[in-house]
Amino acid sequence: MSIPTSPILDVRGLIAGYEPGLSIVKGASIHADEKEIVVILGPNGAGKSSFIKAIAGLVPVTGGQVLLDGQDITYGAAHLRVRQGLAFVPQTENIFPLMTVEENLRVAGGVLPKSEVQGRIDETFTMFPDLARQRKLAAGALSGGQRQMLAVGRALIVHPRVLMLDEPSAGLSPKFVEMVFARLSEIRRAGLTIVLVEQNARAALAIGDRAYVLVEGREAHEGAAATLWDDPVVAELYLGQRRHA
Amino acid sequence: MNLQFIADGLISGSLIGLGAIGITLTYSILRFSNFAHGDFMAWGAYGTLSVVAAIGALVGTTAPIGALSFGWPLILAAIIGMMLTACLALLLDWLLFARLRDRGQSIIVVMASFGASMALRSLLEFIFTSSPTYFSRGIQMAIPIGLGIRVTPDQMVMLATTIILVTGMHLFMQRSQTGREMRAYSQNPALARVVGIDTARVVRATWIIGAALACAAGVMVGILVQIRPLMGLDLLLPMFAAAILGGIGSVPGAVLGGLIIGLSEAAAVQLIGAEWRAAIAFAILMAVLLVRPMGLFGRAER
Repeated sequence: MSIPTSPILDVRGLIAGYEPGLSIVKGASIHADEKEIVVILGPNGAGKSSFIKAIAGLVPVTGGQVLLDGQDITYGAAHLRVRQGLAFVPQTENIFPLMTVEENLRVAGGVLPKSEVQGRIDETFTMFPDLARQRKLAAGALSGGQRQMLAVGRALIVHPRVLMLDEPSAGLSPKFVEMVFARLSEIRRAGLTIVLVEQNARAALAIGDRAYVLVEGREAHEGAAATLWDDPVVAELYLGQRRHA
Repeated sequence: MNLQFIADGLISGSLIGLGAIGITLTYSILRFSNFAHGDFMAWGAYGTLSVVAAIGALVGTTAPIGALSFGWPLILAAIIGMMLTACLALLLDWLLFARLRDRGQSIIVVMASFGASMALRSLLEFIFTSSPTYFSRGIQMAIPIGLGIRVTPDQMVMLATTIILVTGMHLFMQRSQTGREMRAYSQNPALARVVGIDTARVVRATWIIGAALACAAGVMVGILVQIRPLMGLDLLLPMFAAAILGGIGSVPGAVLGGLIIGLSEAAAVQLIGAEWRAAIAFAILMAVLLVRPMGLFGRAER
């Protein structure tokens, strides 16, 4: 597949793992272009989650490269990546439960100039009116879907260029899954690039442009999201697991 | 019944609470019990004493403020002492704790803090000897304030200072961005990095605040009682009891815990006997751990 312009996120041969000498991500490469939704699929234990966390700077990287808009951020600190425009929403524990909804947003606004924080919080509340109504509530008291919205809203508050999400549909009821994915489509239309790790392949591919299948820490297949699911190679890579996906 | 123990308990309790803030923050943010925290108090008191002596050598003797036992040099010296104690804590973190923390085993860091505590204490005894010393040797008259309770002007000013420091600290934790970042980090360090929080800065802020407040408490103990190399060690158990009683991570909890411990100790001295004083903090600590392990303001959920 040819790349028309240089990708906004370019990950080349990434090697990463928690223990030295025990890599979970074993040379995976992906790229994401401007305003693209890229989906990363793969069977359980393929290293999807570690891969996206390594890109976010949370899993130690031992080889390869992560380029954000041409800038090498491979070994940069996680907190600096947010300032550089790479936001990440972890799968679980993605909010601060003992802080209020508003404080969750405000603490993330710390990377912004002080004068802009309130405006961005208001903007987030306009985008997620549900959260605005609960702004003084401890975030730990929110429902699963609302937590996910808060986590996404919090990631967006810095106006990132790339938004990465680790299984945003995990643990949500089908109604909320639909809502989350609809929101992600809207966010992309507003000009964001989205990289998504998902078990819920059907829902993710429905909004995605391109997708990768990660197997044993490497990308084993890449294709257009619309046709990927029917690709016999993908069926084989999932080793019959797709019925459950 | 003589109600004097209430005034005594409130004053010693507020100092315990002030010291316990550092312990509760270190525990919730850096995730280890810092047994060297009491020695920050002692070092702060001795550091301040040295600065007072230096100021005295430069400007000669100064008159005390009003009815208090000390003058402006002590206030200035205490502020400098707080900065010096913060530097000591940062130095200790850089030399010792940060390296061990990175290995991820909290028990090793706790043991290291034991070692650091002993080293800091011995160093104080080496430099200043183990005999007690004072900021002022003047005797203050206690003023009756009703109900048979008498307090000295120093005690009133120390209580007021503690209230100001604790209120300021609480507002700092709730309203400032650094305070929010510290709370966020204590709830989820990995997520804190994800939202762009410079975690090294949070760690530094924790040490600076904890050590500066320990110094303030140490200076106040020095003013009200005496300065000894062992002063921090003596307060260590009450401070831990206060932090656990209040709920780890909670600033108001630590202070309320300190007041409860201080009042109970003072009541025990008056009602049961002075030899039971130390046992009271321990008994309360055990009772809390059994009945409500998360403390008064602590939450079970993390």
